[in-house]
Amino acid sequence: MKWQFSNDAPIYAQLIAQIKVGIVSGVFPPGERLPSVRDLATEAGVNPNTMQRALTELERDGLVYSQRTAGRFVTEDQTMIEAAKRGLAEGHIQTFLAAMHRLGYGREDVLSLLRQEREKEEMNHGDFDM
Amino acid sequence: MAILTCKGLSKRFGGTQALDQVDITIEPGRIVGLLGPNGSGKTTLIKLANGLLTPSQGEIRICGLAPGKESHACVSYLPERTAIPTWMSVTQLLDFYQDFYADFRRDAAEEMLAHLNIPPKQRIKQMSKGTREKVQLIMVMSRAAKLYLLDEPIGGVDPATRDYILSTIIGNYDPDAAVVISTHLIADVEKVLDDVVFINQGRVMLQASVDQIREEKDMSVDALFREVFKC
Repeated sequence: MKWQFSNDAPIYAQLIAQIKVGIVSGVFPPGERLPSVRDLATEAGVNPNTMQRALTELERDGLVYSQRTAGRFVTEDQTMIEAAKRGLAEGHIQTFLAAMHRLGYGREDVLSLLRQEREKEEMNHGDFDM
Repeated sequence: MAILTCKGLSKRFGGTQALDQVDITIEPGRIVGLLGPNGSGKTTLIKLANGLLTPSQGEIRICGLAPGKESHACVSYLPERTAIPTWMSVTQLLDFYQDFYADFRRDAAEEMLAHLNIPPKQRIKQMSKGTREKVQLIMVMSRAAKLYLLDEPIGGVDPATRDYILSTIIGNYDPDAAVVISTHLIADVEKVLDDVVFINQGRVMLQASVDQIREEKDMSVDALFREVFKC
């Protein structure tokens, strides 16, 4: 998994978001055991306490659970994973809409731009087919 | 018990006040960045902690002990400049560390050296600067110490070596020990740290956790440092 960090948010919050993406995208499949805190921290290049904090919060949300001696596991609850996916998607949409708003586009403009974009893509696909 | 405590710690060199009334407490399990511009007192503080200097005023305790023979046994120190004997081979260096330090984990050191493909027979003086820094850090991190004092561990090495050094520090993390890293390369170490201590002209200007700074000030520690120490 590729870890990337920006400068404007707490590191633990960024870790939570990236682990969620890992779970939603299947890098960490449902029911699978997560690597240890130390291994995850080394891989992400972050402080082990910060990684611990991120995992504890994910645990509180129910996306991961720990078994006393065996370690931490990804939930098998698909509804919960779907909800996390939806939450991440909504976050991206909010960021996108805010950026478009700054450019001066209203909601309707954004929708029509998206439609145009889709048409463009479909036409390009047509080219490939020929 | 706190690993390192300083109370009203001051150090004066002639007319220069290198440290002025420093109060710091470092708890076990923390990785702390000692951050400040050149000449701010970082190295002085580290040298006081390992007994290379004595305080002019105030006190410093390591695991409750004044710096001395007993405290040396639980402090692992990486000096700013390479201090390992360059005529030695890697094997001789391992023997040397094993003789000196009861807490030296030789197998851990050998494993890390093998991972870097450093041949046991190679002499330190035949190594590049980056490799020497790596070897020295491996020696320092291979001790099961209570306090690791790393003075500029990533200064003057390439970014890949920097990453290696930082991941070695993370990989050897011990919840019962504390790590102090002095540096001015903040962007590189920020993610590795629990807490930061900003020090300037011998005074502590700020002591906070990295995520606390990011949450409250909405900026990275690096950005905050640039703001606080703007020239």
